[in-house]
Amino acid sequence: MNSAKFHMPSHSLLREIRKNLWIYLVLIPPFALLLIFTLIPIVQSFLLSFKEWTLHSTRWIGLANFTHLVADPVFGKALLNTAIYTAVVVPTGTAIALFLAELVRPQPAAVQTFFKSAFYLPAVVAAVVIVLVWRWIYNPANYGLLNYLLSLFHKDPVLWLQDSRLALAALTATSLVGGQGGAVVFILAAMGGIPIHLYESARLDGSTRSKEFWYITLPLITPTLLYLAVMGTIGSFQVFTGTYLLTNGGPNYATTTSVFYIYKTGFQHFEFGYASVQAIVLFLIIMACSAFLFKMLSEEFEY
Amino acid sequence: MTQIPTAITNRKVTAEPSRKFPHGLPNARTLIAYSILIIWALLSLMPMYWMITISFMNVVTLLRMPPKLFPDPFTPINYIRLLTNSMLLRWELNSALIAVTNTTISLFVSSFYGYIFAKKEFPGKKFLFWILICTLMVPFHVVAIPIFLMFRDFHMINTYWGLIVPGLFSAYGVFLMRQVIKTLPSELTDAAKIDGCNEFQIYSKVILPLSKPGLAVLGIFTFVGNWNDFFWPLVLLNDSKMYTLPVGLPTLQGQWTDYGLLMAGATLAALPTIVIFLIFQRYFLQGITVGAIKG
Repeated sequence: MNSAKFHMPSHSLLREIRKNLWIYLVLIPPFALLLIFTLIPIVQSFLLSFKEWTLHSTRWIGLANFTHLVADPVFGKALLNTAIYTAVVVPTGTAIALFLAELVRPQPAAVQTFFKSAFYLPAVVAAVVIVLVWRWIYNPANYGLLNYLLSLFHKDPVLWLQDSRLALAALTATSLVGGQGGAVVFILAAMGGIPIHLYESARLDGSTRSKEFWYITLPLITPTLLYLAVMGTIGSFQVFTGTYLLTNGGPNYATTTSVFYIYKTGFQHFEFGYASVQAIVLFLIIMACSAFLFKMLSEEFEY
Repeated sequence: MTQIPTAITNRKVTAEPSRKFPHGLPNARTLIAYSILIIWALLSLMPMYWMITISFMNVVTLLRMPPKLFPDPFTPINYIRLLTNSMLLRWELNSALIAVTNTTISLFVSSFYGYIFAKKEFPGKKFLFWILICTLMVPFHVVAIPIFLMFRDFHMINTYWGLIVPGLFSAYGVFLMRQVIKTLPSELTDAAKIDGCNEFQIYSKVILPLSKPGLAVLGIFTFVGNWNDFFWPLVLLNDSKMYTLPVGLPTLQGQWTDYGLLMAGATLAALPTIVIFLIFQRYFLQGITVGAIKG
């Protein structure tokens, strides 16, 4: 009896597998590609980080890359710059998006669509294009837009990108202006899912607009805001185009970010081993963010 | 009084009638809201505005103070110089070739595997799907170095293949199409099976036609993503003949930055995605939330 009970499922499992054999066969190519382009490269990155790998030579150097990393002030600076950039862009950007969404929410559908489109349009234009326009806006000579505006107030031109105290702020601003379209659409979708009777009954109890926002809207869209914040953090930790094209990491490493330093180490100086160690650190940071995201989504605070 | 809440339970907040202005005149709150929204919209669109304006300016106008809001005199000289003296057309073709190829492949591959993960039951499915989602979380910058070294060994530097092969199978695309196809009623595929369709026919005759809106979303996002992609082409390409637009564009400037020329190139690089966005606006705005990893 016992053994029969035990065998039944494994037989049916075999049968299931045989019946669906074609599925396993067609799944081989895509999972081979995932293996080749994601899983194996991760392992290789770990292995590379114990090697000195340049264009000419390859040799094991143990933990030398790691000790180099800890002692490298530029890497610390890059991590700090990336953290500062993220700490400014993510909360500020989410707050701006929330504010805009709350303003758009009561408007008629056509008006909503118009503003959603206007806010989202910059997201479909290549980051390279937007950054090149910003280079003109920040131009140090007085034909740059920002310095022209300053001249209207009789202020001297400012070296936005050449001043190490301003460059990171200037880079951050390019991400904040015009970068909220996706988040606005996301938040509006979440707001649209809030049952209207909550507002109606609150109004019967004599609530005000601001009370409705703080006590109904905000708590109910918090999961969406958290999702946007985590995804934003993952994205911000990989900022590259702006720092590459606006400032090339300078001046004096003021805008060198994590991915920019990886790029410079790996693809300009061809020190692939040392670049891999940095990539591993970035990987761990982003995995931590992703793990947090998964935990958050699995808790799934529904209303 | 008591039946009011139940009667409107299912209505969405967006259609709230009390917020429209019944007397024809918007109140002060609405006016302030509109002003802020319009100012932010103008700020968001400002880079595109200056890009197009500057692209029609000659060097003299560009350097004049104050900066002109409109190109005066209006001149297409930057575009003529760009198309006759630079490789821009070639880059545009490279970008188009890569984006169209990758989009076409992604549409078929993602919808097929999306169908399998949405509608098929087989042992190990959950585990395989979990692997798929995990690879989504791996940032490309982390794996770029090993892939670059591998492509170098296979002589794929400066080739179209180097830009196509990594995008052959997109975990994101499969995930998105699975979300779309999951919502299709299973009765349809069951009925097709009873009618004697094989799996491939069910996919091509039932699933594909019904998931057109999802395919549209995936198609436009894949096209725009590939068209605008910067990091990988920058790493992989060092022969200017093979550049895509985002890689070639910044190299247009010579010793001093010729913003007229640069902005004309930027306009030609931005135009296709802007046009696609304006045509498929609805799909874009719906699609942003479809791809979210939930459930």
